[in-house]
Amino acid sequence: MDEIRTTAHDVPDAARHSVGTPIGRRTVLKGFAAFAGAGVLAACGVSGSKSSGGGSGGGGGGGGTTVTFGSNYSDPAPKKAFGALVEAGQKSTGLTVKVNTTDHNTFQNNINSYLQGSPDDLFTWFAGYRVATFAKAGLLETLDDVWDKIGSGFNDATKALSKGPDGHYYLVPIYNYPWVTFYNKSTFEKGGYEVPTTWDQMIALAKKMKSDGLIPFAFAQKDGWPALGTFDILNMRINGYQFHQDLCQHKEAWTDPKVTAVFDQWRELMPYLQSGSTGRIWQDAAKTLESKKAGMMFQGTNQVAAQYVTDGKGLDDLDFFVYPEINPQWGQDSMDAPTDGFCLSKKAKNVDGAKKLLEYIGTGEAEATYLQYDQWDVALATDASVPTYNAIQKKSVEAIGKTKNIAQFLDRDSDGGFADNTVAAAIDKFIEDPTPGTIKSIQSSLEAQAKTVFANS
Amino acid sequence: MSAEVKATPTPAAAPATKRRRRRIPVLSRRDRVLVLIMVAVPLLADLMFVWGPAIATVGLSFADWDNLGGLGNIHYTGVDNYRFAATVDPQFWPAVLHNVIWLLVFIGIASPLGMLFAVIIDRNIKGSRIYQSVLFLPVMLSLALIGIIWELIYSPNYGLLNTLLGHTSDSNSIDWLGNPHLNLWAVLVEASWRQAGYVMVLYLAGLKAVDPSLREAAALDGAGPWSTFWRVVFPVMRPFNIVVLVVTVIESLRAYDLIYITTKGTVLPGLELLSMLVTQYILGQTQRIGYGSALAVVLLAVSVVPITIFLRNAFRREDAR
Repeated sequence: MDEIRTTAHDVPDAARHSVGTPIGRRTVLKGFAAFAGAGVLAACGVSGSKSSGGGSGGGGGGGGTTVTFGSNYSDPAPKKAFGALVEAGQKSTGLTVKVNTTDHNTFQNNINSYLQGSPDDLFTWFAGYRVATFAKAGLLETLDDVWDKIGSGFNDATKALSKGPDGHYYLVPIYNYPWVTFYNKSTFEKGGYEVPTTWDQMIALAKKMKSDGLIPFAFAQKDGWPALGTFDILNMRINGYQFHQDLCQHKEAWTDPKVTAVFDQWRELMPYLQSGSTGRIWQDAAKTLESKKAGMMFQGTNQVAAQYVTDGKGLDDLDFFVYPEINPQWGQDSMDAPTDGFCLSKKAKNVDGAKKLLEYIGTGEAEATYLQYDQWDVALATDASVPTYNAIQKKSVEAIGKTKNIAQFLDRDSDGGFADNTVAAAIDKFIEDPTPGTIKSIQSSLEAQAKTVFANS
Repeated sequence: MSAEVKATPTPAAAPATKRRRRRIPVLSRRDRVLVLIMVAVPLLADLMFVWGPAIATVGLSFADWDNLGGLGNIHYTGVDNYRFAATVDPQFWPAVLHNVIWLLVFIGIASPLGMLFAVIIDRNIKGSRIYQSVLFLPVMLSLALIGIIWELIYSPNYGLLNTLLGHTSDSNSIDWLGNPHLNLWAVLVEASWRQAGYVMVLYLAGLKAVDPSLREAAALDGAGPWSTFWRVVFPVMRPFNIVVLVVTVIESLRAYDLIYITTKGTVLPGLELLSMLVTQYILGQTQRIGYGSALAVVLLAVSVVPITIFLRNAFRREDAR
């Protein structure tokens, strides 16, 4: 789920370079020589990426007192919060931290080359399968010794999320946020609506809202990922958490009748979702909820609550409920609550310094420092006391605490490209034409593609 | 390029060799070294930055690589990537179809429209400079701005178009950029808006260069504006027509930027294009370099084949004169 408000478009590099003073022939020749050199160096970078293995414990290299930190927290609010965290970290550890902020889409698109080139010591990343991929490729430094110190502050679910497939730790988390159904309290009061706890109640409520002239669910899918959240929650409610994980990693087939059941359930919901969703960005869907034209919206607090704050609406009227039960076997025992955090790259220059900083970041105190500028995410450290929490955040903590299984999101539990490209395209098709015929064809198409994508992983 | 190379050794080279023999000693050693460098450096640059990557792409298209780990992680998979594209990938054939539609619309509508603008403006109508600037403006605007302009026009709930049509409520709004049956055409309007201005300027430059006496002669012979254009001006404009056609073909095959700013990088149903699919697989957190390369090779073949055939014919006819 990548991610929050993007506004900046990348200026093509050529455009930037084309402006300049007239160049002489020699300069051009020199330029070519430099280019050639760079090419050779880049090639070395790739082939040499394996050689830098070794010491996870002690002397990872003498970077001195400076730690570099690659950040994709490029939007104003997260950037401010991250700045506060870094400053507090400097104070606590006595290190100098140099932050390189990159627009988060650019950062994520280039992450492979970044990690194999000359990465910063630490970088912002996501928990779950995303960490596992890089850990398997040997691009991350293990953080077992850091976790020896900070481990007592986290519960087992968080610990599991921070590990790679080899059982070693590779991530220190900073926050997470739940995917829940939002509504405006005033709308519910006015309409005399009640929070549904079962599927039938929810459908009845949606029907009532529709007859009252409301859009029952604000809904957007132009960004490619928001609708994956609906798929996730229906899948976990109907088939349980383990099936979600197995499906994500293609241990279960996409042609399984259980997947058909998810789409069939979704079909029942379709008439109550805002139409034209493939042309709408989620921000606009959130605005429909804000303007009270819509009754509910299922998405992460990191988006909906953040959008309310961005639009200056305040969070007083906003409330949410956990997605209702569908299959009593599972009840409400799972939800998506994506976790963001930090990793140490294998090529880090100042391993010791970076670990010292991570030891600080893995405390409740550090998380609280970050969250004083963040009104929608919540801390993971069990000992974190965050005086700045608002009602939404307090309720988030409670909701996540009550949930037995925390999933990360389809594109973080599965191969990211497969989820964001392939599954998203299939779901777009389903939204356009939610018929049994479509469901059948997208299921077999997904299975055929999954076979190739997961063939060698 | 091939035409230039072929042009030098001709049967008429016999008298030239004599002259060349006399001229060579004039080149000092230093000159020769300089010439060598001036030829070698661009050649090397060309090989390195154009042919190298192109050949590497073709090579990678027969392999499987996630861009993680060293080059040793590249597995040769034969034509699997191409088979996957043709038989499994549900986005591939729509993308090919959309590229073809794009090409046809550009050749059939956008470029002729630009030529029409050019011809009308060339007649020195009142305010032609203003029209010229207005029509050329889309070519000069930055893409980010174009994206915002059309977002404001097409937005389903707040957009200009739906407001004018009275379709802004959620129940009846027209989803120009989301509806897979509409969005390609909506984007093609944007693209034609830009392409027409581009072609207009190219063509206008050519029209200015047409000898006015030709038109006078045509007028004296009693030709109307229609037949003057088709029988006199258009044939004289042959080199420009070729340029316009090549530009049109290239622009339509590499269509990408407008779609990208419309969708912000996601491949929306109805807006699949080969170029979008290529970046979808090559960029991102999980990469399928091999498959992306295979799609790029398809795109390369699609663009190189018609252009090569066309240019060859054009130059052959030119030589025959």
